[in-house]
Amino acid sequence: MATQQTQLLARTLLTPAVALLFIWMIVPLALTIYFATLHYNLLDPGSESFVGLENFRYFLTDPAFLASLQNTLVLVGSVLAITIILGVPLALLLDQQVVGLSIVRLMVIAPFFVMPTVSALVWKNLLMHPVSGLFAWIAHLFGLPAIDWFNDAPLFAVILIISWQWLPFATLILLTALQSLDEEQKEAAEMDGASAISTFIYITLPHLARPITVVILIETIFLLTVFAEIFVTTGGGPGLQTTNIAFLIYSQALIQYDVGSASAGGLVAVVLANIVAFFLVRIVGRNLEA
Amino acid sequence: MGQITLQGVQKSFGPVHIIKGADLDIADGSFVVFVGPSGCGKTTLLRLIAGLEDVTGGAILIDGRNVVDVPPAKRGLSMVFQSYALYPHMSVRGNIAFGLKMAGIAKDEINRKVEAAAATLNLTPYLDRKPRELSGGQRQRVAIGRAIVREPKAFLFDEPLSNLDAALRVQMRLEVTRLQKQLGTTAIYVTHDQVEAMTMADKIVVLNGGKIEQYGSPLELYEKPANLFVAGFIGSPKMNFVTGELAKQQGATTIGVRPEHLKVERDGQGGWHGTVSVAEHLGSDTFLYVDAGPQGMLTARYIGELDLHPGDKVSLIPDPARIHRFDDSGKSIHA
Repeated sequence: MATQQTQLLARTLLTPAVALLFIWMIVPLALTIYFATLHYNLLDPGSESFVGLENFRYFLTDPAFLASLQNTLVLVGSVLAITIILGVPLALLLDQQVVGLSIVRLMVIAPFFVMPTVSALVWKNLLMHPVSGLFAWIAHLFGLPAIDWFNDAPLFAVILIISWQWLPFATLILLTALQSLDEEQKEAAEMDGASAISTFIYITLPHLARPITVVILIETIFLLTVFAEIFVTTGGGPGLQTTNIAFLIYSQALIQYDVGSASAGGLVAVVLANIVAFFLVRIVGRNLEA
Repeated sequence: MGQITLQGVQKSFGPVHIIKGADLDIADGSFVVFVGPSGCGKTTLLRLIAGLEDVTGGAILIDGRNVVDVPPAKRGLSMVFQSYALYPHMSVRGNIAFGLKMAGIAKDEINRKVEAAAATLNLTPYLDRKPRELSGGQRQRVAIGRAIVREPKAFLFDEPLSNLDAALRVQMRLEVTRLQKQLGTTAIYVTHDQVEAMTMADKIVVLNGGKIEQYGSPLELYEKPANLFVAGFIGSPKMNFVTGELAKQQGATTIGVRPEHLKVERDGQGGWHGTVSVAEHLGSDTFLYVDAGPQGMLTARYIGELDLHPGDKVSLIPDPARIHRFDDSGKSIHA
């Protein structure tokens, strides 16, 4: 790609794809910005009028906003913590040579392939249901009262469901990283007299720093926008207890039919996601440098 | 002290016998090289001594104590791996200090020992670098530093120079040998390179197919190979083997003559006649590959330059005192 001709050719050939991607991104963004400056309610068609930044003021001062921001951060942080703290030992277990390992691996990976709506329904109706759920039955076995998950600990219940879905992802990434750990390094540590725990702390864990970073970055991107699990299980409630930013925007647009305010919320979410991404890359991104 | 004795050591992976009973006595302070072709079990034997593999049978004695049930770290040996196996996220200092740290030695003493080891290996300016910031030779030295700092009973080297380029390899070869002599620590060194074996070893163990073919000093192996395998493996270029009528005249099934023991004469009388098919002129030596008809292809080495070219007729006269004779089973016949 050294000569000018090849550069020109490369640019010409790339142009349609880049242009298409650009339009794909810029049209919705421009429309969202446009709608965010309008008074635009679906229940009141034809009354659209320019209101400037009024929608932003309304969205940001809404008490639901701070609550949902907090829920979003708690949800993302908890799921990240659970998937990594459980994912590391799981990956270590799966890295061992055991009979039937391929089947076990497949089963461990399986939850990731279940659709979010389906897994949320299964958890809601078969596992966490206070009357007919499996957890209630187990609680009864021990003579304990059943927990009404979605009323007593709604956010925790949602976190559990989402962690169950994302644990396989973390495990899988960490497992592949473990398999790339040089066997001779472990043997060198063994010769150096390191115990299993020391080997884990001084050799394995530093080796996992990079894949853990990858897991954190990728999971954060998806967890900021969790919607289906909340929609199916709690509908954001009780009250605002499980409403995150994504669900709040949905409720602005399709429960309160306020397109203008929802658009403003969408833009706020974009900014928030960028702020989170900025700090994440600052904090953990240096692990990615070779 | 670092006297290592193997008694009937065996190793099988399932039905595959890798080491078929090895007996060996390694004297304290000696430099012993395990050499053999790929898959001969030399690395496995080293790993058995290190304790990274469990023996299937037999005993390994270090200073008279059987260590087959002793974990690697407690055997008092240290190992330099082929890939160096440096800890990538630790500095050079951290790498060298790791073993001492695991042994729970006081910080000051660790620092003192690490710095002494680094000084021995000219690593002092690099102590705070990460392994990835070092060249191949420097990494190699860090790996050696990690081994010497623990003051082991013996060093185990697993093909440590195979990842270096040719010039660096020769240099490191010298450094390793000098260091071993200076420290006086027993060393076991695995290589497939017979030049390394010949130049570094006090004693060489030639392994083939999981068996020890011969154990002796480099020159012993060169001058009195125990069998066809050792004769062919030690020496470069390889020994010439001739079978048939010529061998029978000498009372052997096969006779062998090293290339350097064949006198080359242009259109000479006597000896074996042939045509040069390839001539390699190195300046210091000339290697001739001669098609000698019934005797097959023969290699001859001439010290210095010899103006011969493909197609030239030559005769090769073997030095009668340097003809090796082998019987039916490949064993040497000594007169």
